[in-house]
This record gives sequence, C-alpha cells and structure tokens, in this order.
Amino acid sequence: MVQMRTMEVMVGAFMAAGFVALFFLAMQVSNLSSLAGGDGYQVTARFDNIGGLKVRSPVAMAGVRIGRVAGISFDNTTYEAIVTMQIDSSYNTIPDDTFAKIYTAGLLGEQYIGLDPGGSEEYLTDGGKISLTQSALVLEEIIGQFLFSKAEEGGGDE
Amino acid sequence: MSPQPDDSNEPLVKIRGLRFYRGERAIFDGVDIDIPRGLITAIMGPSGTGKTTLLKLIGGQLRPDAGTVHVDGQDVHKLNNKDLYRLRMRMGMLFQSGALLTDISVFENVAYPLREHTRLPESIIRKLVLMKLEAVGLRGARDLMPSELSGGMARRAALARAIVLDPKMIMYDEPFTGQDPISMGVLVQLIPRLSKASRLTSIVVSHDVAETAGIADIIYVISNGKVIAGGPSEQVANSDSPWVRQFMDGLADGPVPFHFPAPPLEADILENATQPPADAGATL
Amino acid sequence: MEPLARLGRIGIASLERLGRGHLLLLHIFSGITDLITRPRLLVAQLHSVGVLSMLIITVSGLFVGMVLGLQGFYILSQFGAEETLGVMVAASLVRELGPVVTALLFAGRAGSALTAEIGLMKATEQLSGLEMMAVDPIKRILTPRFMAGLLSMPLLAAMFSAIGVIGGHFVGVGLLGVDEGAYWSQMQAKIDLHEDIYNGVIKSIVFGFVCTWIALFQGHDCVPTSEGVSRATTRTVVHSALAILCLDFVLTALMFGE
Repeated sequence: MVQMRTMEVMVGAFMAAGFVALFFLAMQVSNLSSLAGGDGYQVTARFDNIGGLKVRSPVAMAGVRIGRVAGISFDNTTYEAIVTMQIDSSYNTIPDDTFAKIYTAGLLGEQYIGLDPGGSEEYLTDGGKISLTQSALVLEEIIGQFLFSKAEEGGGDE
Repeated sequence: MSPQPDDSNEPLVKIRGLRFYRGERAIFDGVDIDIPRGLITAIMGPSGTGKTTLLKLIGGQLRPDAGTVHVDGQDVHKLNNKDLYRLRMRMGMLFQSGALLTDISVFENVAYPLREHTRLPESIIRKLVLMKLEAVGLRGARDLMPSELSGGMARRAALARAIVLDPKMIMYDEPFTGQDPISMGVLVQLIPRLSKASRLTSIVVSHDVAETAGIADIIYVISNGKVIAGGPSEQVANSDSPWVRQFMDGLADGPVPFHFPAPPLEADILENATQPPADAGATL
Repeated sequence: MEPLARLGRIGIASLERLGRGHLLLLHIFSGITDLITRPRLLVAQLHSVGVLSMLIITVSGLFVGMVLGLQGFYILSQFGAEETLGVMVAASLVRELGPVVTALLFAGRAGSALTAEIGLMKATEQLSGLEMMAVDPIKRILTPRFMAGLLSMPLLAAMFSAIGVIGGHFVGVGLLGVDEGAYWSQMQAKIDLHEDIYNGVIKSIVFGFVCTWIALFQGHDCVPTSEGVSRATTRTVVHSALAILCLDFVLTALMFGE
C-alpha cells in the first residue's frame, strides 16, 4: 500500500508538472496575456496602402507598444484600407490629431503602426478616427522611383 | 440443449468430429473425445500433436474448423462473449509456465480472480486465498513475487489460483514437464487429491507416460490428428496396438518412425557427392 | 510471375496486419468504460509510461533548447536580429521539436517498454491465463496502457517545450547577452496561442495515440518467443519513428499550410 501511495504521489506530480508547463506556454510564451488585456478602446485609420501589415501587428508610440491591430478591412468605394487598432486603456491621452504611419521594423522585419502625437487638447476615445495617415513604403516603388530619377539625371547630362 | 444436472451421466466435455488446421497442416482430423465428470482424464501423445491446442479449443480460445465442443451441455463456440466468460469462470486452467502475473505477489495472484469476479470483503478473500495456498503447500510463500519462486512452486501457486473460484473442471497443460523429481512427486499427489476432494473433473494433457498413467482414470492417446486409443487407463496401458505400445513404452522406432521422412540415405549421400561444385558455387 | 506474386503476398499480409491493428484498437476502446470504474489501473500505467519518461524528456528538452539558443544566436546575429531569438526558440519548440522529439523519445523509452511487456506477457501465457480466468486481457491490460500513453504525451511535450524555452533563455540571455525583455516580449508578440500552442498540443495527442497504438499492437501481435518479442520491440521503434515523421509532415501541412 505504501508503494501504491508513492506511485500516486508521483503520478500527481507528473500531471501537475505537465499542466504547469502547458500553463507556462500559454501565459509566458504565447500572446494569451496580451490578448487577455482586451479592456481598451478602438480607433480606426484609413490608409492608401498597408503593405504587409497584419491583424495583431503592434501599435507603438515612441517605440513603446501601446496596442495592436484588431482588424483590417477594405472600403469598396474609396479603395482604402480601414485598420482598426485596439489601444490599451492606460494610454488614454493620445491627441486626436495624431499621425499614424506604417513602419517596418528593421530592413526585413515585420510592419507595425507608429503613432506620432499631435498638439491637440482633445484625446482619442473609443470609436475615434485618425485622419492623418501615411501609407507603408513599398520597396519596389522606392526602387522604381530611384531608378526613374537616375535615368532622368542620365538623360539630362546628354 | 439445457445444462445437465451435476450428477448426470452425461460427460462434462463432449468433443465430436473436431477438425483444426494450422495453415495446410491438420492438427486434429476428426477427433471424438468424452470427458466424464469427477474423474481424471489424461490426453497423451507425442510432442507436436496439438494437446495444448485441444485445451485452448475446449476453453474457447481457439475456434475449430469443423466439429463441436460441448462443455456442460453448452456448445463452447456458439456462446456469445458474455456466456463464454461465464463458462470460463467454472473452468480452471493450469498453464505449462504457470502464467502468474509477474508484477503482483503470490497472494495477489491467487486473489486476482476473486477480486475480478466477486465483491467479497477483504477478510473473506484473505481466508479463501490462504485456504487454497494451504492446499498447495505455499501458505508461507504468499508474500513472494512470482520471479522468486522455483518452477514447481510457480506451478503450484498457479494451481491455487486456478481452483480459487471452485471450478467444475480443471485443465492441466503438461503439468510434469521440466519438473525435478520432488516437485513432480508433489504434483502427482496434488492432482488426484484435489480431484477426489471436490469431485473436480480434471483433464491432464501430458507426454510423461508413467506419471500420467499412474493418476488417470481414463486415457486418450492422440497421434497424427486422430485418437488412436481411448478408454479406462488399465485397458489402454495393456493395449497391444503397436502405436500405443510404442508410445507407452517409449520405443525409438515403430509405427512412428525414428527418421523424419527423407529419401534413402545412399541416394542423398551420392547426390551430394556428385554435386559439390554446384553447391560450392551457390554458397559463394 | 514470382516477383509479382511475392508483392501480392506482402500486400495481403500488410493489409491483414492493418486490419488486426484496427480490430485491436476497437477492442481497446471498448474497455474504456471498464477503466472508469478502476482508475487505479490507469494510475499505475501513468506512472510507468509518464513518470518514468519524465527525466529523459526534461533533460533532452533542456539541451535542445540550449542548442537552439546557441545556433539561433549565431544565425540571427548575422542579420542583427538577436532580439528575435526568443521567437525562434519558442516557435521551433512549440510547433515542431516539442511534439516530434518528445514522441521519438517516447517511442524509444515507453513504446519499446510497452511492446516488450505485452510481448513477454503473451510469451509467458499471462494473457491466455487472464482469458481463462474470464478476464479480458485487452480491456484489463491494454486499455489502461493506451489511455496512459494518450494522456502522457501532450503533458510530456509541454514539459519539453517549456524546459526548452527556459534552456534557450539560459543560453541566449544568460550567456550570450540577448536582452531579457526582448526575449520574452518578442516571443509573446509572435507566438499565437491558437495557431502555435494548440496545434502543438494536437500534434502531440495524435503522436501519443499512434505511438501507443503501434507499441501495443506490436506487443500483442508478436510471435510469442524471445526472438519474436525482441523483433517486435525493434519494429515498434522503427514504425513509430516513421509514423511520427510522416504524420508530422501531414499535420504541419494541414495546420500551418493555408
């Protein structure tokens, strides 16, 4: 019976360790903790081109992550992308003339939305809109423009 | 067919026209055997005649290709799973190796069928197990693990387990094989004692002629898939059929030839002598 | 004609084995109701299948995580992206290495032991003995082992991944100087609970199912001699490894393919 008892204890410890590991993976490794902080407010912005932006991409201000992209949709009449951002409720003093811009983290990194604060006294609230936006830089366009200007320069010399 | 009352003259096991094939080879080719109640029946034959297979057919672990096996009036191979299991609770079987569960003690092994099939309180289980262990002389070994037992002790412990549910019949698979003279003597004593004590029907499958013939009331001799002799033990022991004589007296040559079937020796040797280059080539 | 006939024989024999395997599985499932009334049988098997595999799984997980930290750091630092080390370590572990390596180790540690145990019970007539005691050996012996394997595998895989992430943290942050905050925050930003963790758990459940099934079938179907048991044990490890890797490809294609 003593043997059975130690066996039971060890199996209990095994199960507990397994569940702790699962819990650790869910809480510490995955985005569950950041998803759980759903108590925030949503604002929308319209972009001409969002490049490689995805749902759950970060939203940052001065490089600090303050929220995430909650949804991306397409406006059939204006042909613009509508991006919904979920901002954590603790960041509730963002001016309503804030400028939203799509950046790329590093040369090959993923894209995120950077917010540059404006000077307004009014703050963004739930359902608010950011009207000042700048689209993502698309690498092909930049290279295209660069080559085009070079070609023009070359043509001028002749 | 309704189950017969215990004291009827109907044999407990009735085998009719039994055929069993393993691949192309016929293990049993039309076997009829009656096993009467309350007696010790020995089924004997040379190795490889499927004596163990016969026990498995009686226990319903194997299905025959033709023929019937009736145990206590029930056709074993027509029973559904539930009824077959109920029937097996009234059969005990002693396997050649004992077949004790290796991860529990002797006591727990003997108690296993009780714990599985009854809801008896622990104190009664303990009494029953100790009584059965006493009957086989292993009460003192109850806390040993099966790996700590000698072959003969393991077989006796398995015997205690086989009789713990008080079955109607018990089947012994080669009980004397590989035993030293002492444990052989113990088993030779035990089997008839158990049988007489509770009018237990016993089937002993063996090729140990002297020991088996000494304890059996009825003897069947099987060879080449057929019953070649059957009847009360003195009658079979004194039979003058050459087959039976060869088996009972342990003669090297007789109707069962010493040589495995082969072409004549001279032809084989000469053939090899003329063909060494071909053989050598093949092995390279 | 002979090669064709041989091919045919092999095909028929494999189909037969496959059929027997599925029948065995059905029989094992039919014992689950009995198991509920005897949870002690399951506890004993969880001990021999799960607890005894824990050491090898956690130690391997630690070292795999540390190697990932080291290799990942050298590759990522060439792109100046050491910050994403945590993502790389965690994604490799949770999606692939956790379930796959755990299953391979499990097949070697627990699977082979199960086959040998069942095969030996068959060779020593213990299974026949149970049958003659009117106890169904598949329900009593195989079902608890099957359920224990099925339950243990996801837990073991989770332990492997969790320990691996900590091992990667130890090497990356502790020894190579990756920023601690970046290690965790990048990981949390990129590893998705549903897409990565759930799918990893599903993978390990599938592997646990297949590994335990193969091990039990090989043990139950083996030739009951010492040679037969040792061959069956080898087959368990080989078949399990092949099944795990093939299934991993299929599952990965289904889950992460889109």
